[in-house]
Amino acid sequence: MPVKVRLHNPRRDLEIEGPITIINLLARLDLNREAVLVVRDGELVPGDESLSDDDNIEIRPVISGGAL
Amino acid sequence: MKCVTCRGPAIIDIRRHNSNFCAEHFIEQCHRQVRKAIDEFEMFTPSDKLLVAVSGGKDSLAIWDLLVDLGYDADGLYIGLGIGEYSDTSREYAKAYAQTRDLTLIEVDIPSTFGFDIPNGSRAAKRVPCSACGLSKRHLFDEAAIKGGYDVLITGHNLDDEAAVLFGNTLHWHTEYLGRQLPVLPAREGFPKKVKPLVRLAERETAAYCIVKGIDYFVDECPMAAGNKHLSYKNALNEIEAMSPGAKHSFYFGFLDRAAAFFEVEASIDREGLGACASCGAPTTSEICAFCRLVDRAGGQLPDRTGVTAVPVDLGPTRTGSIQ
Repeated sequence: MPVKVRLHNPRRDLEIEGPITIINLLARLDLNREAVLVVRDGELVPGDESLSDDDNIEIRPVISGGAL
Repeated sequence: MKCVTCRGPAIIDIRRHNSNFCAEHFIEQCHRQVRKAIDEFEMFTPSDKLLVAVSGGKDSLAIWDLLVDLGYDADGLYIGLGIGEYSDTSREYAKAYAQTRDLTLIEVDIPSTFGFDIPNGSRAAKRVPCSACGLSKRHLFDEAAIKGGYDVLITGHNLDDEAAVLFGNTLHWHTEYLGRQLPVLPAREGFPKKVKPLVRLAERETAAYCIVKGIDYFVDECPMAAGNKHLSYKNALNEIEAMSPGAKHSFYFGFLDRAAAFFEVEASIDREGLGACASCGAPTTSEICAFCRLVDRAGGQLPDRTGVTAVPVDLGPTRTGSIQ
């Protein structure tokens, strides 16, 4: 079972072959580390952690803003 | 990754501080940064009556939670914008947080009070939705704070917000705005004191704070904000930050330290000649304030003063002028 990844804006799901570190996963998806957090089971996952098959993670955007 | 404080397993890296933190010491770090902003810029004291502008998103819920944790007594203010399901859901997040912490949440609903919503009203008034939304929120925040007798209005603007606004104002040399882009705006007639205690935290940190503290916030972006310039400025600054950690902090705090004072005169000129809006009594340089003009153009109507729906504060008439 590959790593399951949920993305937002628009909401969509991907599957990526593990093992892969968070930093490498974000680079592969062309996502800026300053603009997202990775969450697994409601907890933050640090950048150097390696994801293995069967992991289920959410890549949560942190950029917001319209009217100030 | 090890926590810089206890050497235990870290959950987050903050590259501009060259530090990693475990959950416990990350929360301590957030407390420290907010306390430092409050003290350094003399934002408020524990005896002040505080009102927090709350949207149901990460920043407003984080600052409300941080203030309560730090021992401040703060009420929340939610503005219903009438942006369909987005507004309904954001309201539920704001209400749920207030109920969980047994806090007071004041609500002002634009559609039921003023007879228009932001998507249709901005179209009718020929304004960009974010412009109509920002104008409405600023007016209603000010009004609720003044009429509710609050000493300070608190917003959840974070370091990324301030750096992005500064970036936009600098790109276009809006010098009248540069003089006002401060973490504290003092109270003056018709306006409450306004402060931004999150200016020392990036929005990645406010989101992380909510996740670590188990605060359920509305993750989705406002559908009206897609493609706006503010978001593109944030993306551009994050590209720079990724290459040069600390760039956003250096840009914003360098501006405050070395440049903001140069624009004070222009900002003060911009504030001159304020009178009372003939319709609602709010401060304005025109006969009718921008919000009342928006309500009119959007096809809405100003409520009878007794019908203003901010609860539970008593919104008695404290401004000069009258609503017609």
